[in-house]
Amino acid sequence: MEGTPMVLSIADVMPAAAEIFVAIAACVLLLADALVGARARSTLFVLTIAALAGAAWVSSAVAVPAREVILGGHFIADPMGTVLKLFAYGAAAVTLLYSRDYLVRRDLLKGEYLVLALFAVLGIQVIVSAGSFLTLYLGIEIMSLSLYAMVAFDRDNGVAAESAMKYFVLGAIASGALLYGISILYGVTGSILIDGVASAVASGQAPTIGLLLGIAFIVVGVAFKFGAVPFHMWLPDVYHGAPTPVTLFVGSAPKIASFALAMRVLAEGLGGALDAWQDMLVVLAALSMVLGNVVAIAQTNIKRMLAYSTISHVGFILLGVLAGSAAGYRAAMFYTLTYVIMTTAAFGVVLWLSRKGFEADALDDYKGLNRRHPWFAFIMLLVVFGLAGVPPTVGFWAKLQVISAVLDVGLVWLAGLAVFMSVIGAYYYLRVVKLMYFDEGAAADPVVSPISVRLVLSLNGLAILVLGLFPGFLLRLCEQVLR
Amino acid sequence: MAAPSYVLSLLVWLPIAAGVVVLLLGDRRIALGRWVSLAATLAALALCVPLWGAFDATTSELQFPEREPWIGALNAWYHLGIDGISLPLIVLTAFTTPLVVIAAWSNIEKRPAQYFAAFLVMEGVMIGVFAAADALLFYVFWEAMLIPMFLIIGIWGGSRRVYATIKFFLYTFLGSVLMLVALIWLYLQGGSYEIADLHRMPIGMTAQVLIFLAFFAAFAVKVPMWPVHTWLPDAHVEAPTGGSVILAAIMLKMGGYGFLRFSLPITPDASRELDWLVITLSLVAIAYIGFVALAQRDMKKLIAYSSIAHMGFVTLGSFVAWDILSTTGTVAGAGMGLDGAMIQMVSHGLVSGALFFCVGVLYDRLHTRDITAYGGVANTMPRFAFFAVLFAMANAGLPGTSGFVGEFLVIVASFKANFWYAFVAALTLILGAAYTLWLVKRVIWGEVANDGVASLKDLNAREFVVLAVLAVAVLALGVWPAPLLDVMRPTIELLVEQLMVSKL
Repeated sequence: MEGTPMVLSIADVMPAAAEIFVAIAACVLLLADALVGARARSTLFVLTIAALAGAAWVSSAVAVPAREVILGGHFIADPMGTVLKLFAYGAAAVTLLYSRDYLVRRDLLKGEYLVLALFAVLGIQVIVSAGSFLTLYLGIEIMSLSLYAMVAFDRDNGVAAESAMKYFVLGAIASGALLYGISILYGVTGSILIDGVASAVASGQAPTIGLLLGIAFIVVGVAFKFGAVPFHMWLPDVYHGAPTPVTLFVGSAPKIASFALAMRVLAEGLGGALDAWQDMLVVLAALSMVLGNVVAIAQTNIKRMLAYSTISHVGFILLGVLAGSAAGYRAAMFYTLTYVIMTTAAFGVVLWLSRKGFEADALDDYKGLNRRHPWFAFIMLLVVFGLAGVPPTVGFWAKLQVISAVLDVGLVWLAGLAVFMSVIGAYYYLRVVKLMYFDEGAAADPVVSPISVRLVLSLNGLAILVLGLFPGFLLRLCEQVLR
Repeated sequence: MAAPSYVLSLLVWLPIAAGVVVLLLGDRRIALGRWVSLAATLAALALCVPLWGAFDATTSELQFPEREPWIGALNAWYHLGIDGISLPLIVLTAFTTPLVVIAAWSNIEKRPAQYFAAFLVMEGVMIGVFAAADALLFYVFWEAMLIPMFLIIGIWGGSRRVYATIKFFLYTFLGSVLMLVALIWLYLQGGSYEIADLHRMPIGMTAQVLIFLAFFAAFAVKVPMWPVHTWLPDAHVEAPTGGSVILAAIMLKMGGYGFLRFSLPITPDASRELDWLVITLSLVAIAYIGFVALAQRDMKKLIAYSSIAHMGFVTLGSFVAWDILSTTGTVAGAGMGLDGAMIQMVSHGLVSGALFFCVGVLYDRLHTRDITAYGGVANTMPRFAFFAVLFAMANAGLPGTSGFVGEFLVIVASFKANFWYAFVAALTLILGAAYTLWLVKRVIWGEVANDGVASLKDLNAREFVVLAVLAVAVLALGVWPAPLLDVMRPTIELLVEQLMVSKL
């Protein structure tokens, strides 16, 4: 590549068309907001959703049947990336839809919010398709900076500002660790490309101690982004402090990016050094499952409870990754996608129940929900049993697979810990059911929400059940794209 | 009589579909909802007629098989099929649920639509447990069952319902997930979740012991065996009448069924090695829990403890086969314990269900389960007293009732195995009679104890039908258990064969 002038033709960048599309859409939106201003917010909102739909269309149109590396190795287009991106668009669009009423009532639905959301999606896309550590880092920063700003978006809210600050500082440390790891890795392997690192590691050229050091820092960075214990400190505060729509946003699509990050770096780049990072992930996964599930029991705020529940689910996702086998990666991907579906529905219900001046984030706000709104109580029931991993919900299949993956590599004790922790976890999920179904709540005004939200939320909740009864399709999809 | 080839699917999904319909009809159209519930449960019962009629009792093959690909990536199949040990339990399920619907007809004031829907869904899922021939499908049904029962106890239960239902859920969930780990391990070794494949798979001794213990955790909690029985008295006491009936009549049987379907044939060597464990715990349950039952003041609690003692016979009968072999030197009598275990399951389902209905009848009137609040009920409720005494007799194992047959077979089988087994087991004849008859004496006989009892009204037509149907079943099975034994014979024989062949 060196020496020859780089000439890019349209065909060369076609696989990256979706990223380009979203970048342009975000800029157009920013301009449009400046021009039409406050008057046409709903138009901007529709445009954002349309941009995500457009991105989905572009991504499907340029989808590749097999792995393709372009732009000098910095960009990977592969089936896994396509599926992850499509899920990310969907998650972002559904998230925005749920958030709309909440944002309007609190006068937060500004053009900037939508632009930031689109940039976050762009960051996710870049991470998913990253072919080199530089692209990866670029994607992480695009995504993270947008998310920091979104957390702080409600500028009069002190708690939100505080959590944004924490998020930013800790996120910066994570980025630093990751960057440091990347630089060491570059030093010992001589390549910044994921494929280059992979072949250097596989051929055993890299000096072991340097490689190990690099891997350690990279794992720290990845663990930070995932929110795995002991690098989870930002997560409960951000989930709790951020406005609920932002919590939902942070909790859904970026999880896909975290999974992609782990896949690109650990599975593809450092797959040859599995022995080195497997033990690290074992510790992270075990700690996350234990701490997440145990601390969640003590929470009285549903956002905080879901934050700790997220930490425990991260532990489960890591189980699949650390197995280092095809079945393990498939399990981790399946877990991530279904987790995003479930968590979106969970926060969807929280948002649906929130009104002006009422956040619906205390667990006690769910008392007697079954009597007031049996249908959405049922949706929430599906969500919590899904998160607890009880069949016939899809959460069961996710857990089944990660447990199967770790059993397959001989980590019987870890599988035992995982099932034991899911029993502990069941306790606090059951408490939500108890509040909704067994307790009688104070009378409250009926919730009014647009038909579109009710419809999407219902479909989202039912997906947990339907995918639980027929998980075959999604499983096969994960299997195929990871081949 | 011919049965459609998809009769099992129909039995599973028809009640579930009806449950969804009832839920959609809601509380406002509950009058219609009740009829839908009754129609669906009766339809399921009616389906059992051709099922029993067309069942070939000369083979141990799975019958009415349905096998469709379900999850290709996991090699899991939607595979249903029944043999001689699942058929009676399916019929028992289909027989009990309509009675629960009738008994609840107008008694449930709080969210009746959800109540009926929960029981309908339960019925389908429970039949699914007994009909599943794929271990993963079995597991999905097995766990899915917890959700409606959790809601039934938690929504319509008594004052400590939340504690009871969460305890119930977590206990059974913990047992089940260990079984799941064992099933996954088996799948990783053999590449199949098919139960029949698992039966054939050779497994080393260490692995067998671990798998046995994992299964044991799931099934012992469900039975429940001493010392993991403590969830049952709580759950029973707090559950609404229908919930207690389903718990006692069907859900406890799943533990026994699990032993026969999974533990014994999949890990025969470990079962042989650890049979002392199960036998000891069973004998403790029979003797010790019998004494505990004597001390109860709450009617439901007393029956709950009596259930644990009676279920001890099921586990005892299931695990005496090897001792019979080593004592008598022949396998001829080994099946008798298994026969007894099965009969005991069906009989206990009828009798304990009936007793819980009886308590429900009294509770509906005076809103207390305290034994001391009653006395002389026979004076004001003669028809009720007749049934209550009959079921009490059956519970005590009086010859001529179904309770006698199962206990007798198990005691005879354990006598063949070891005199002392039989000695301890036979204590139940004394203890069972003692706590049951003492209960009858305190509640039914004597002078009218107080104004509450004086104001009692006798059974209404609905209650009469429920108890009469159960009484007929209890007597019929007691006098003529042969059809049930015939249906089970080939399957039990196959099971004995599987027990005697080492899988090492």
